[in-house]
Amino acid sequence: MGGSVRIATTVNGQAHEHDVDPRLLLVQYLREVVGLTGTKIGCDTSSCGACTVLVDGESVKSCTMLAAQADGSEITTIEGLAQGDELHPVQAAFHDQHALQCGFCTAGMVMATVSLLDEIPSPTERDVRLGLEGNLCRCTGYHNIVQAVLAAAGTSR
Amino acid sequence: MIPAPFDYLRAGSADEAIAALAEHGDDAKLLAGGMSLLPLMKLRLATPSVLVDVGRVHELSYIRDAGDHLAVGALTRHRDLEISDVLAAQCEPLRTVASEVGDNQVRHRGTIGGSVSHGDPASDLPALLLALDATFVVQGPDGDRTVPAADFFRGFLETALEPDELLTEIRVPKLPGAGFSYQKFQRRAQDWAIVGAMAVRDGDTRVALVNMATTPLRAVAVEEAIAGGASATEAAERAAEGTEPSGDINATPEYREHLVRVLVRRALEAASA
Repeated sequence: MGGSVRIATTVNGQAHEHDVDPRLLLVQYLREVVGLTGTKIGCDTSSCGACTVLVDGESVKSCTMLAAQADGSEITTIEGLAQGDELHPVQAAFHDQHALQCGFCTAGMVMATVSLLDEIPSPTERDVRLGLEGNLCRCTGYHNIVQAVLAAAGTSR
Repeated sequence: MIPAPFDYLRAGSADEAIAALAEHGDDAKLLAGGMSLLPLMKLRLATPSVLVDVGRVHELSYIRDAGDHLAVGALTRHRDLEISDVLAAQCEPLRTVASEVGDNQVRHRGTIGGSVSHGDPASDLPALLLALDATFVVQGPDGDRTVPAADFFRGFLETALEPDELLTEIRVPKLPGAGFSYQKFQRRAQDWAIVGAMAVRDGDTRVALVNMATTPLRAVAVEEAIAGGASATEAAERAAEGTEPSGDINATPEYREHLVRVLVRRALEAASA
C-alpha cells in the first residue's frame, strides 16, 4: 500500500493536477495541497457542514469525500464565489442580514445555500430550514441565517 | 481524522468491480458515495486495504419502469430518487424516504445501493425496502442472483452479499396511490432515527421498523393484528413484539419500545388518512 493517485481537478476555475495519497480527504486537499483555507474543518464527522463545498455544482461535505473521488470534478469553494471585490449575492445577503457571529460555520453555510438556491430558487422559510439541516451554527445564529437565505432568493417577507 | 492506508482502484463497470473484488478478496471494500464507509474508515472501525471505487459506474444509475415493477440502479443517488417523476407517480414511498435520508449534502453523494449494502438497522431505506417486499439483484463472478429483501439483512451491518458480490439493482413494486407514512423520531433534523416506523397500506398493511433490532425488521404482530381486523391503536400496542432494541446515549431499550408503539400508531393512522 501507499501508492499515490493522480488527480486532475478544477478549483474555482483553475486547473490543478496532483499526485495524492488515496486516503487524502477532499477538505485536506483543498486546504493543504491547493492552499485554500476558507473551507473549515469543524466536526470532521460529516455532521456540522463547516467543510461544505460544491462538487460539480452540488453541495458536499468535503471531510467525507476522498480527493481521489473528486478527480475530474469542478470544485467551488468560498474563495470562488466573489467576482473581484463584488460579493456573491449569497455572501452579500449574509453580510447585510448579519447572518454570522463567530463566522466559523459561515463558509459552509454560504456554500450550502448556493447549492440550495440552485435547486429551489424561491424557497419558503421551511425549505430553507430543512435545506440547511446539514449545517450547524453553535452560536445559534440560525434566525439571521434563514433571513439571509430568503433575502438572497428575493423571497424575504 | 484520517483513514488507515489503502490502495485505491477505480472500477469503470460492474464487471471490473467484481474482477477487482475477486482479486483482492476479503481485504477489499466497495466504495459508492462513501457516506457510510468513509466515516467508519476515519474512525478506523473499518480498515480495508483496498478500496474499489464504483462511484463512476454510471451504468448502475437509473430509475426505470420495467413493466410489472420499477428497477432502480444500485448507484442511483438519494438526490436522484428524491426528484424522480417516475417514483412520484409509481412509488412515492421510495421518493419520500429518500428525501429524509441525512441532509442535502449526504443525499448528493449517498446511493441507494450503498445504504442497502451497508445494512445499518438505523438507516431509512433498508426498512422501507423490507416494507415494500423489494428484490435485490446481486452480481458475482458466476453471474446474477436475486435476493428478496426479507432474506437480505442478516445481522448488524451484515447482509446476504458475499465478499465478491456487487448489488446492482433494487426492484420495487408499483404502488400508485398507496397510503404511506414514515414516522422518524430524531433529536436533530439530520440525525439517524432513534426509532422509525413506516406503514404501507395498499389493500394489505405492511409495517417496518428502523433501529429496533440488529437489522431492519417487519412488525409482524402489528400486520397480523391489522389483517385480523384490529384498529390502528390496538395493533400498535403490539409494535414492540419481536424487537430487540439496544440502549445508547439517545434512548434505553424500554424507551425505544415505548416510542415504537407510538410511532407505529401514528404511521398506521397517517397512512390510511
